[in-house]
Order: sequence, then C-alpha cells, then structure tokens
Amino acid sequence: MEALFIVVPLALTIAGAAVGAFVWATRRGQFDDLDTPALRILTDDVGRGG
Amino acid sequence: MTAALPASARYASTDASAGVRECAHCALPVPSARRGDGDGHAFCCDGCATVYAILHDHGLTAYYDLKAQDADGERVAAATTDHGYREYDDPTFAERFVVGDPEGARIDLYLEGVHCVACLWLIERLPELVPGVREARLDITRSVVRVRWSPAEVELSTVARWLDRLGYPPHPYRASHLQAARKREDRRWLMRMAVAGATAGNIMLMSFALYSGDFFGMAAPYAHFFRYGSMLLALPAVFWAGQPFLRGAINAIRTRTAQMDVPIALGILAGFFSGVVNTVRGEGDIYFDSVATLIFALLVGRRLQQRQQRIAADAAELKHALTPLHARRLHGDVATDIPVMAIAPGDRLEVRPGEPFPADGAVDEGETTVDAAVLTGESRPVAVRPGDPVHAGTVNLSGRVVMRAERTGLETRVGQIMEAVEEAARRRAPITSLADRISGWFVAVVVVLAVGVFAAWATVSVELAVDRAIALLIVSCPCALGMATPLAVAAALGRGARAGILIKGGDVLERLTRPCTFFFDKTGTLTEGGFRVLAWHERPGERGLVSRVAGIEQHAVHPLARALVAHAGDPEKIAPERITHAIGKGLKADLDDGRYRVGSVAWIAPGGPADLDGWASARLDDVLATGATPVLVARGEQVVAVVGLGDEVRSDARASLDALRAWGHEVQILSGDHPAAVARTAERLGVAEARGGARPETKLDVVEASVRPAVMVGDGVNDAAALSAAAVGVAVHGGAEASLAAADVFITRAGVGPVVELVAGARRTMGVIRRNLVFSLLYNVVGITHAATGGIGPRGAAVLMPFSSLTVVASSYQARTFPSPRRS
Repeated sequence: MEALFIVVPLALTIAGAAVGAFVWATRRGQFDDLDTPALRILTDDVGRGG
Repeated sequence: MTAALPASARYASTDASAGVRECAHCALPVPSARRGDGDGHAFCCDGCATVYAILHDHGLTAYYDLKAQDADGERVAAATTDHGYREYDDPTFAERFVVGDPEGARIDLYLEGVHCVACLWLIERLPELVPGVREARLDITRSVVRVRWSPAEVELSTVARWLDRLGYPPHPYRASHLQAARKREDRRWLMRMAVAGATAGNIMLMSFALYSGDFFGMAAPYAHFFRYGSMLLALPAVFWAGQPFLRGAINAIRTRTAQMDVPIALGILAGFFSGVVNTVRGEGDIYFDSVATLIFALLVGRRLQQRQQRIAADAAELKHALTPLHARRLHGDVATDIPVMAIAPGDRLEVRPGEPFPADGAVDEGETTVDAAVLTGESRPVAVRPGDPVHAGTVNLSGRVVMRAERTGLETRVGQIMEAVEEAARRRAPITSLADRISGWFVAVVVVLAVGVFAAWATVSVELAVDRAIALLIVSCPCALGMATPLAVAAALGRGARAGILIKGGDVLERLTRPCTFFFDKTGTLTEGGFRVLAWHERPGERGLVSRVAGIEQHAVHPLARALVAHAGDPEKIAPERITHAIGKGLKADLDDGRYRVGSVAWIAPGGPADLDGWASARLDDVLATGATPVLVARGEQVVAVVGLGDEVRSDARASLDALRAWGHEVQILSGDHPAAVARTAERLGVAEARGGARPETKLDVVEASVRPAVMVGDGVNDAAALSAAAVGVAVHGGAEASLAAADVFITRAGVGPVVELVAGARRTMGVIRRNLVFSLLYNVVGITHAATGGIGPRGAAVLMPFSSLTVVASSYQARTFPSPRRS
C-alpha cells in the first residue's frame, strides 16, 4: 500500500494541472460567452464554399 | 420557396445551359443524384437546403442579391442608403469606439434584429462579403459583434453599411468601465468555483478512504497522510475560493448588519480550525470535505443568481447603444455626417422629419412640430418656429429645420437628467433581505446552542464537549440556507426574462411583496402613447369625408394626421400639389368641390364658438367634454366635421390597476402631461391620486417623499430620475434608453399586464424563498439535535449537506414563478 504515497500526490498533480488549464481558459475569455459557440457548431461547415 | 429570387434564379439558369447546376445557396456544383428538386432550386447538400430555407423564412434573401451583385462586379456597398454611416469615419468617433489592434482596428457594434443561428451565420460571413474585414465574431446573447478590419483596405462606414443592408443596423457600443470590472469579477468567480470544486472532489476521495478506515481500521501513517492531504487541499478552498464569504462576514460584523455570510463564515472557520487541530493531534473528527463542498455549492448558487442579473443589466445597457449618434452639420449648404460627440456649440445642424434633435439649441431656419413626450411627458406635439428652443432627445415630426447647437453632451437637458439619475441611485437605501434577517437570529441561536451543548457535555468530559459543540457549529452551517435565496431568485429571474420581464436585481422581488405605492406615468405607459380617433362627427348628408380627410392628411407626418389616416380604411388619392401646409395649424387642400381645411380650432374658428354654427359648436362641446383633442374639417367657410382625437387608455390598464390594488398596493398617476388630460385618465381608471404637469424634478421629489416604498412605472427620460430613486423602477416597453438604464426592471412587452405579472411573480418567488428557508431550517434542526446528542459526525454532515441543498435546488427550479411564454 506504500504506492499510495506516490499515486495520491501524482493524482493531485494531475488535478492541479486540470485546474490550471481551466484558469488559463478563463483568463483567455473562453467562458465569457457560453451561448454563441454552442450555435456556431451548427454553421461552421455550411456554405464555406460560397 | 416560390417567391422570386433574382440571384439564385440567375445562377440556376446560367448553369442549366452549361449542363451543370449550381447549389442555390453556396454555388457549388450539385451532385447529379440530387438534381431535379421540385421547386426549381437545387442544393448540393441538406445543410445548404436548410440554411436557404432558414434565410428565406426570415426574409434574409437580400444576401443572395448582394452576393449576385458582387459577382456582377457592382460595388453594392458604395450605393447610398438612407443612412450613410459617414460619421463612422470621423476621428472623434474612432477615438471613442475603435481600438487599435495588431491586425488593424477593432470595434464592438450592437446590432438590431439578431435572433437566430442564421443571423450568426450571416454576420460571421462578413469577411467573405467585405474585402478588408478580417474577422466578425458575434455574441448572440448580447447581439454584439466584434469586427476586426484593416482601415487601409476598407472604411468603417462601408462595413456599417453592409451590416445595415444585411438587415442588422449597427450601433457603436463601448463597454462601460463598470462592465470591464464585472467581466474580471465574473472570471475570478469562475476560477474560485474551479478551485473549490476540484479541492472538494479530491478531499472527498480522501475522506472516503478515512471513513472506510473508521470501519475497517487504517494504519496510523496512512490516516496521517490523508488527514494532512485533506488539510493542504482545504487551504486554498477556504482562504481563496471562500474569500467572498469571509470578507462578507467581516464587513457585516464591522457594520453590525445581519448578513447570510456570517453564519456561513462561522461554519467554515469552525470546521477548518477544528480540523487543523485534530489533524495535528492525530485524532478526532475532521470536516474538510464538508467545508470544501459547502464553499463550492454556495459559489455555484450565487453565480447562478449573478448570471441572471447580469443578463438583465447587460440587455439594458446595450439598449443604450440605440441612442442616435449621428448629426448632420452644415457648412454653407453642404451637409456632413458627424458623430454627436463632435458637435460644438455654434454648429448649424440639419434635422429632418422623424429624426431626434442631437443637441440643445434654438431653431435657426424652418418651422416644425416637436414630440417632446420623452422629455416632458406631454402627449401633444409642440410647434416650434425660428428662435424657439429645442432639446436633445426630442423628435422632429413634420418639417426640415436647421438648428444652432448651444449645449451638447452632459450639458443638455437629457444629460442633466442623467446626472440626476446617478445621484438618485446613490441615495437609495439598501434593503435587508428576508434571508439576511433570519441569519441574524440564526447566528444567535446557534451560538447559544453550541455554548449550551458545551456546558452540558463538559460535566462528562471537556474533550467530548468541544467535539460536540464543534459538530453542532458545522452541521448547522447553513449551506441550504445560503442557497435558498440565490437559487430561488436565479430561477425566477430566468423565467422572468423568458416572459419578457428583465429584472436587474433579486432584491426587487422582495421589495415588491411589501405594500407599495405605484406611481404610473401616463403617456405611453397607461395609454397607448399615440393619437387615435375617438369620436368622428360629420354633418348629416356628408359622404366619403373620412377617406377624403385621410387623403389630405397623408401628406403630413404629424401624429394627429397619422391618426386620421389610420382611421380611414382606404385614403383617397390626392395630388400633393393641391395641398398647402400651415405649420402648427393644419392643412389646406384645393379640391374640385371647394377648399378644404383640416386643423386646429384656433385656426379654423379663431373667434371660438362664436365662429361656429349650432351643430358644430354642440359637437365641439361633446368632444371637449370627453377630454379629446378636437380637429375641425371645413369646406369653404363651413365646418363639415368635428373629430376628437385622444391617447387611448390601454385595454388592460383598468384590470391591471385593480389587481395591484387587490394586493394592497396604492396606485397613483404621476405625469408630465397637462393636468386636465391626466385627471381624465385617472377618472377612467378609478385612480384617486393623480398629478399632472410634473417636471422630472417634481417626479423625483414625489417619489422620494413617498411614505410607502415607491414603485415608479414609466418610459420616458423624464421618468428616469424617479425610476432610479424609487424602491423599484420599472421601465415599460418602448421606453427611452435613458429610462432603461435607470430602472431595476424593464419589460419588453407592451401593456400594463406585465407589471401585474411582475408583482405576481415576485410574490410567488418570495413564497419559494420562504419554502426553501423552511426546508433548510428543518434540515438544520435535525442536524443540530443529532449533533447535540452526539449522534452525528463528519459522515452525517457529509450526507446531510448535499441532501438539504438538493431539496432547495429542486424546490427553486420547479416553481412556476413567472408564466412560460406561449409558443407562437
């Protein structure tokens, strides 16, 4: 069970990285507008040829 | 799909001859398997067919025309439109709204008419339509598009004209400093949620191990490891993510006010520090998991409420961008479009009919009538001649005039009113919400109970007594209580917004449930805000007079004239050269059967009733008795018809006011219109207290002097100061931008009915809040009793807290506080 002393900190580091990624995305303004991107996927490929 | 579509038709025909059909939407070749669609249009794929249908259903087929003209090599954007947007190229405009960017320049524009995915698609295709535009990103919730373009390649006015032609008239929009701060605060709040959520989840995993250890045994090194690990994780959760609650509690204690944050902070800190002590001691209960979960849940609850409030506040602020911004400055006879910021005192400005005056000043040339209702509340148009003053924001109705600007910007009457608005908003007293008032008692009771429990158990063992008292403090920590109000308010504001009632703050709902005095503005609020023919008396034997008068009046833009035109089903066609305007008086028309005059009593019968025969003067008395504005129709010297025009009371006004009175609210009318007109409306609506001729300052005084909490309902700039000073300001449909900014609530539907819905919704929301508070207090009573007897520990708390919160969530979101909008 000594593995826990390595695995748990490792898991926490990964969780920390995830929080870091979220903070980075927030700072970049990726969560400022939550509605438009949801609609944008509907239009992204349509009519590109025009 | 059968409507004529020149562009796509052209595509189809040329391609048919070449043997290859192009997609009616994107002009790519159509695969042979898809040819021969029934209605003559071919599409390369279902996606194109869908977008084509969407555009077509929304009347956006202009896009195809534009595209076709572009393909033909015509410079569409160079075509002069009604509004040239030339002021967008002015340096003062750029200074105010345009931001320099590495790729060129950037501007945020608020667009009218954005509503669906097709709009999003069309607007974001701007770079393909206009060479020089790098990017267009639309925020569909707020209808704001961010355009990046290269000023060297294309002028901003061209971009603006393109947007206008696509059906989205643009308005420059600059986020206020307040909004920038709000955005920063929003982002920080999200980060706090992320930290609290991540730590809560991980602490819970470790707690799970510890709880298992309680049952099956755990070696001391592992127990220590998990305890210290939990403590380490709890640190950022409590002191960074939980900061808003700790700060709120400190402020509340400092100002000695009851605040929900106090019991929350008490629970958080008791849980954290007892946990630290027990971690170091290596024995006893730790509550880090409950503390972190509590912080996460409360952050989420408040975030939901803030989000709904911001949506409403944003919507109001964006409407402000609709304030017209361009003026036409005259140099000799040459007019140039300039932004209003560039107007200097002494400038000569041309104002055409239908346009608002851009500055305060005096008329230099021309005569016209002015609709000053927005500033004064007066429903009748005012005639102005050279030398008469005109004010920014009022609308020029009938003739082209040239004015000389005297005061601009903040020095105008509107600007001064807006300053009074801010002043009034600062003076307004805050309200202690129901939950905050309860929290005061709550803290007292919990502390007394904790001391009691400690004293009772101290006789057995001091150590046990400390444990029990701490358990009680934590178990009683009002997670559900803290979420009861924000969730109920968030749910209600969301429902309200969907029903067209935008509420900027949750406290509004609570204020509206107390007995209030409602002050209604008259013009445009209780009444339709325009003129209508209320009575038509024509001399016996006359024929076709209604359509003849309408035919004459078609040549005028005066509101009375428009009402007369609307009254007739089909106006007679009368050549414009037969018509002569008498500004401020009426119209003359030389027709085959004589000279007709349609206009005011003072013009047609200057001598008053003495100039009229018995029939006409009796009819005139009838009209005047109903309080309507009389208009006379004369052929030659004989009056052939007497017409009464008035501002019709809204059909739902009476019932709505009765509903408000039934709830114990007092109803008064507070209007800037003529006292006589106000008294008449009051009489029809059964309102005892009515005041007319009120200036904006008077309205402010009356509202501030109100004994009961004042609810101001209005739409004009003249109501703005009163709206912001009132306990609750409600701006109604069609209101001036200034009043939207000042109000707490704004309603996007016409009529007085939505005001009743607002009050009903507020009452229901308060019911939900009360129910939530009862639920959460019940959970607390259960928890506290068990904690006092030692029957609950960290495990019990970890289970009880989410359950109580879930109850509150369910109770808030199932409540039908505002009616769902009917699907059309």
